[in-house]
Amino acid sequence: MHVPVLKQGGYLIASIQSVLSDADLLQLRDDLADRVGTFRSRGVIIDVTVLDVIDSFATRTLRAIAHMLKLRGAETVIVGIQPDVAFAMVQLGLTLEGVGTALDLEEGLVYLGRLTKRTLHAK
Amino acid sequence: MQSERRVPINSAADIVTARQNGRALAMEMGFDGSDLTLIATAISEVARNIVDHAEHGEILLAPVNNGNKYGIAIMARDQGPGIPDVPRAMQYGYSTRKGLGVGLPGAKWLMDEFEIDTKVGKGTTVTMKKWLH
Repeated sequence: MHVPVLKQGGYLIASIQSVLSDADLLQLRDDLADRVGTFRSRGVIIDVTVLDVIDSFATRTLRAIAHMLKLRGAETVIVGIQPDVAFAMVQLGLTLEGVGTALDLEEGLVYLGRLTKRTLHAK
Repeated sequence: MQSERRVPINSAADIVTARQNGRALAMEMGFDGSDLTLIATAISEVARNIVDHAEHGEILLAPVNNGNKYGIAIMARDQGPGIPDVPRAMQYGYSTRKGLGVGLPGAKWLMDEFEIDTKVGKGTTVTMKKWLH
């Protein structure tokens, strides 16, 4: 199922609505890489609240998305990883090293606000 | 009594079907929250192993008894190339393909029992079980 991507000010919000196949995840990666350019976004939130499984492929793809978007000049934060999913990921030895995470959409916005503000100060 | 389920694996889309069936059966059997997620994730990894290495295969899901223990058995079967070096395939982080090398060893950690039966040129069968506590 296609993941809708909403523009919210300088940020993009990808809100996953149902379970995703591998192809859907790769499509999301390509959509986001395009859109951060189109909308000149500084930050991206990927909401994975509805995902009941984040396996090795999903982890690798989320990590790849975050690193790609960083190269495109945008910060990424993954929000909404459920407790059981986090437990399974730890059991599998999967990490989202170097990728921002936050509890939910609200915390994700705070996280991006902090990061992108810091970038502005640095200028 | 819950019945056996069989999910053919022919493409990456079938991975989702397999883990949804596994979760549904495990739920009917009385597994709860975190166990359901562990079972679904383990199925995802072994199903992906079929897609990545053998292209075609199947996942069989069934309730299983062992003395006073009751649980779910998951069998991932393919007639692919087989695994020449099982100890190496079970090393965390070792991958012959594009993967993270997490799949099989990871699935083993998620389940209570895990066995690989493989023959080069003939195929691979992974059998794993989780007991209801």
